[in-house]
Amino acid sequence: MINITKNKIERLREDFPILSRKINNKQLVYLDNSATTQKPMQVIDAITDYYTNYNSNVHRGLHKLSEEATVKFEESHEKVADFINADFQELIFTKGTTESINLLAYSLSSKLKKGDEILITQMEHHSNLVPWQQIAKSFGFKLNYIKIKNDGTLDLDDIKLSKKTKIVSCVHTSNFLGTINPVKEIGKIAHENNSLFVLDGAQSVPHMPIDVKNIDCDFLAFSSHKMLGPMGIGALYGKKELLEEMEPFNYGGDMILEVRFDDTKFNELPWKFEAGTPNVAGAIGFGASIDYLNKIGMENIKNYSNELTGYALKRLSEIKNLEIYGPLNPEKRGSLISFNLINIHPHDTTSLLDDYGIAVRGGHHCVMPTMKLMGLTGSTRASFYFYNTKEEIDYLAETLEKVKGVFK
Amino acid sequence: MNSLNEGMYMEHILDLYKNPLNFGILENADFKERCFNPSCGDEVEIQAKVNSNKIEDVKFIGKGCAICVASASLLTDNIKNKSLDELNNLTREDMMKLVGIEVGPARMKCITCPLVSLRNGINSFNGGQNARS
Repeated sequence: MINITKNKIERLREDFPILSRKINNKQLVYLDNSATTQKPMQVIDAITDYYTNYNSNVHRGLHKLSEEATVKFEESHEKVADFINADFQELIFTKGTTESINLLAYSLSSKLKKGDEILITQMEHHSNLVPWQQIAKSFGFKLNYIKIKNDGTLDLDDIKLSKKTKIVSCVHTSNFLGTINPVKEIGKIAHENNSLFVLDGAQSVPHMPIDVKNIDCDFLAFSSHKMLGPMGIGALYGKKELLEEMEPFNYGGDMILEVRFDDTKFNELPWKFEAGTPNVAGAIGFGASIDYLNKIGMENIKNYSNELTGYALKRLSEIKNLEIYGPLNPEKRGSLISFNLINIHPHDTTSLLDDYGIAVRGGHHCVMPTMKLMGLTGSTRASFYFYNTKEEIDYLAETLEKVKGVFK
Repeated sequence: MNSLNEGMYMEHILDLYKNPLNFGILENADFKERCFNPSCGDEVEIQAKVNSNKIEDVKFIGKGCAICVASASLLTDNIKNKSLDELNNLTREDMMKLVGIEVGPARMKCITCPLVSLRNGINSFNGGQNARS
């Protein structure tokens, strides 16, 4: 594998037409990759190719177009499954991480009894909090939280499990603090208690090699659009024996083997969980994004991410009156940094950075309870991907000084 | 007007952000209602005393960006002695005029958040159920 060098990044950037866009007559500096990443031509072309040349429904037509679409659609399933070292039957396409977790929450709720407990953490994205919270309310389960320590890591001594704890669900990389959680360890603790272990990989799968067998999670949810692919498609991995026992979340076409007026036999995995006409174009785009990432190599992406995040941490901590949230060791954090300039609201910082062509996120990042816990109402977040450069981080740091100048 | 965001950060806005007007708790308020802007976590609570259907005194508390705090300052400073009926007709355009800047969709909620609090407050004072958030 080739390491990511400066020349290599310049060549890769050429695959992303949007990166040459000008914003306010300035070169776009896209640092909002935790929200969504940009798409290379290879992904855009794969989607265009489907709609231009073989658009048709899958799994039912006997004509050539449907055959081609079905082959490509199933190939994408296989690519995504391979990407996380899962088997074909264990990988379900969904709309994204949020739908994956909703599917799980609703499907697993029938396996739990009133009074059973679900354990999540205080740093969950709303997508791994609200579904559990709401099924807990509906069915009388109890939702517990693992605490966050002052350094932005989880307090593993605070994991309180009981015989009633049936599910432990945890974010892999926090989208606000950047913390990479010790998920193998948490999974082991969960399994020793006979609890299911669910992992939210929305911010980790795009940035590092993920092997579900090595992590030994029971379920893993992630989204295509945060890893070069299109929006509206994502995945849920589940261990085969667990998925087989679970009830489908959606009922309808494609998820059936045989329907009678009085009963239905469900389709085999993974189709049992994919009711209705799927997002075929999305799936094909997702497959193309996996090809692209594999070509660079996830180990390379991880190493470069660490280097870039380390550099950004260094440059941002040199700025006076700038507060960084989460762990300061780049090895322990994902490719994102949330921060505030003291006495400047994150909305104002974000708007002013936009004047200079810098796209970052300002707000609560869908972690309202975590923000409240830390006494914050929001932060600005710069998040990186392999196409970002140290020069862009320098530019961010210089521009933040200008933002401070406005409020002087 | 400057099309850049920096154009919004005029001196009077920055002054009001650093030293907001009518900021604090109003004892014995006849109504207090908040507006929460979920896209950024901003919160403004307007508290007012009403006399003969007019605002006698008004203050606000909360957290917000420069645009939001300036907007809350100017709104509270301009509604004293005005009738509730008149204030119910205030629009987002009135708010932009009052604050002296034009904002795009990304910052519209920042400027209108205090107005929503006021409307919610008037509505609850009138005992209505049509409060908009």
